[in-house]
Amino acid sequence: MLNKLFSFNGGVKPDPNKSASTREPIARLALPPQLVIPLHQHIGGTPRPLVTVGSTVLGGQRIGAPDGNVSSAVHAPTSGRVVAIEPRPMPHASGLSSPAVVIEPDGLDTAIEREPFDWHAAAPGEIRDFLRDAGVVGLGGAVFPSHLKLNPGKSGHTDTLVINGAECEPFITCDDMLMRTEPENILRGALIMQRMLAAKQVLVALEDNKPEAATALKAAARALGNASLEVVVVPTRYPAGGAKQLIRVLTGIEVPHGSRSTDFGVQCFNVATALAVWRALEHGEALTRRIVTVAGNVERPRNFDVAIGTPISHLFAAAGLKPDTDKLIMGGPMMGIPLPNIDAPVVKATNCLLASSPTLFAPPEPELPCIRCGECARACPADLQPFELYWHSRARNFGRAQEYKLFDCIECGCCAYVCPSHIPLVDYYRYAKSEIWARERDKDAADSARERFEFRNWRADREKEEKAAKLAARNAAKPAVKPADGPAPAADVAPAAAEDPKKALIEAAMARARAQKEAVAAKNTDALTPAQKAQIDAAEERRKRASELSGSDAPTE
Amino acid sequence: MYNSPYLRQNTSVRRVMVTVLVAMLPAIAMQVWLFGIGLLLQIAIASATALACEAAMLSLRHRPVARALGDGSALVTAWLIAVCLPPLLPWWMIVIGTSFAIVIGKHLYGGLGQNPFNPAMLAYCVLIISFPALMSQWPGLQGSDAATQLDWVLGGERALDAVTGATPLDALRTGLLGNADVAAVMQSPAFGHLAGAGWEWVALAWGAGGLLLLALRIITWHIPVAFLGAMALVSGVAWLIDPSHYASPAFHLLAGGTMLGAFFIATDPVSGATTPRGKLIFAACIALIAWLIRAFGAYPDGIAFAVLLLNICVPLIDIKTQPPVFGHKVEPPDGGAR
Ligand code: SF4
Ligand code: SF4
Repeated sequence: MLNKLFSFNGGVKPDPNKSASTREPIARLALPPQLVIPLHQHIGGTPRPLVTVGSTVLGGQRIGAPDGNVSSAVHAPTSGRVVAIEPRPMPHASGLSSPAVVIEPDGLDTAIEREPFDWHAAAPGEIRDFLRDAGVVGLGGAVFPSHLKLNPGKSGHTDTLVINGAECEPFITCDDMLMRTEPENILRGALIMQRMLAAKQVLVALEDNKPEAATALKAAARALGNASLEVVVVPTRYPAGGAKQLIRVLTGIEVPHGSRSTDFGVQCFNVATALAVWRALEHGEALTRRIVTVAGNVERPRNFDVAIGTPISHLFAAAGLKPDTDKLIMGGPMMGIPLPNIDAPVVKATNCLLASSPTLFAPPEPELPCIRCGECARACPADLQPFELYWHSRARNFGRAQEYKLFDCIECGCCAYVCPSHIPLVDYYRYAKSEIWARERDKDAADSARERFEFRNWRADREKEEKAAKLAARNAAKPAVKPADGPAPAADVAPAAAEDPKKALIEAAMARARAQKEAVAAKNTDALTPAQKAQIDAAEERRKRASELSGSDAPTE
Repeated sequence: MYNSPYLRQNTSVRRVMVTVLVAMLPAIAMQVWLFGIGLLLQIAIASATALACEAAMLSLRHRPVARALGDGSALVTAWLIAVCLPPLLPWWMIVIGTSFAIVIGKHLYGGLGQNPFNPAMLAYCVLIISFPALMSQWPGLQGSDAATQLDWVLGGERALDAVTGATPLDALRTGLLGNADVAAVMQSPAFGHLAGAGWEWVALAWGAGGLLLLALRIITWHIPVAFLGAMALVSGVAWLIDPSHYASPAFHLLAGGTMLGAFFIATDPVSGATTPRGKLIFAACIALIAWLIRAFGAYPDGIAFAVLLLNICVPLIDIKTQPPVFGHKVEPPDGGAR
């Protein structure tokens, strides 16, 4: 029994606004005339398309193969014909396009024959491969491939598996409804995960504003009768559903930015992910559908069970978008992203579609100067000093912003939510982060460009020298050998002999170029003041440290 | 196009400032009841001056005037100046003090949120240095009628001796300089039960307003608790050592600007420390220095000077007291100016 809950600092309590979309049960949405299935829906490599334009596909058929292990497969949700494989607009704030397989359903919904998979007998590695090929990724929003996280690591076991049903963002209720309708299967999925992770205990956590879901889960847990599994109700406070905050509440452990929760013996998955694992292993179902909450400025807010690839417009049509809608949001009102294109498809990361109106989410009031009231610091769940981050980001003083742990900011929005000066604080952090990334990218690009340039120069010189040498050799050989005898032996030998030295020379030159690059690493920052340079150096140092940990910052949904 | 969060708490700078003004009302009412309507006149003059200066500076700096005037920050500065000055100053002194605070103390540093010094305390210090005599005349209890007070503030002939007296702190200082001991000085009519006649009630009213600010989460407990705690501690120790030369902690807590300072002055967010530990250090140091000035300095009350001194130290205090970030219980951001 878990007898003590911990607490995280900060957090806010916005109006949950969850009742409107939980009145009706989950509705299965009819298929649209066209499904647009992006190949890249998860963290990691972009899958290779396995179909071509004109091919027919069956429901559950794999259409994108995972690109390496840090990737995940993509499947057709229904049977039909591939009509295009081309870049399509994505549900992303940038509105950029990315390659997608466009399928016209044939209406028969014929499913592929499922290969039976005896997961009870399978080795963990085989189960992981199966899950990767079934396209199971984190459904809490981070879409990190789940198979990568279902690995206990070096120690071979885990203390605590956390199943996250906290769902702390206002308006979003897809996990709530899922917990109400399929509590047993969620728990069964959790137990499979427990086995794969060799976890001592499983804590299924949800906020105390979901009493129906809590009752359902507790009843299901009793029925399963597993003593290591417990349903824990935690106090409602945004962002209690953030993986780090939830781990802190349940275990008291603070997982710092840049480390894996598994290093602390904890792993965390979303409830919908647990269900997807269960369905994949028990029924051989690939991840082709998900629950999406449609709420906000709509006539009939509700949760829909939708095929991935369904255009967002289709969902809003079903929920009845009100005419005074001024913007569309994917996700919740605290961390959601603006959707520039209503025809973008539902992807695995789509948990909520929110319509906004000027009365629902008033446009921000004019920004006033920061009065250093410290409200933001009191609200920050990462224990940052948001106003310091703001000052330094605004002043483009990025080194200082990083010293104040800019990259520990989880962009939860609590600071901006409470700021009496109405400063869009998170925008400043996003800006600062992207500037820092851009600087580092530029620097890398400049370095490799310089390397290429120097190598080309060296090769041009080298070729000139070689030509001169050959010419000299030929001239020297001429008097001795008659032209009719063919190429001079000396000349014959020279290129062959030059072969290896040439390679050696190239290598030496590359090494020289690299050494030079090391020495003049700050060349592209020559125009900067010493202070700025020092900052960049400091940033680099940090980056180096960060890259040592690289890949270790696996989001836990 | 704007980005997340789309939800905002119903809050604004104006709301914060108006709450501060409301919390000042009990003490203002108490002071008017005890000493007459002079204070109200002073508040009116200071407010008008502050708004005029604010508007002028904003338009000089090409900033939207109406919006910034509406934030209420100038009014808070004006009211704080008015309540910490002796109530019957001639109007032009209030105008000088207030315009100094707004023009030099606030806008020359970049306006709202940028001033390193507490503007009201800046005004107080400028006036006490420039006009020490006028600044030490406080009206006695049951002093003069409204017409006389009005006349004085508007610059009329002042019959000083008749109705003005020294503040308790002043009386104490003068008494002690004249080699009387604390007990003897306390016998004089300027002293009431605990601090000065009437003043203890004003101080308690400031405390009540401060509790309101605490309850509404406009301020945190750190500054008032550290301020009053340090004041009680240092004055208590001195009093225990030599009660004939040092006044009791109760006197120090309720006399002069202690309560006003602890809840309304040192809690100014812009010029104060921001981290929890920083606030404790900041406020305790103000109290300590204020007591030192009271006990050994050339001025009867030292809160204004102490606040300005500590304002200078804020960047350092903040940097040295950064709280640990989630997951990092070590390595706070190191040195350098804010
Ligand atoms: S809440 Fe806003 S005004 Fe207050 S300190 Fe933070 S950024 Fe500044
Ligand atoms: S957005 Fe970042 S700085 Fe703001 S409260 Fe959240 S974690 Fe803290």
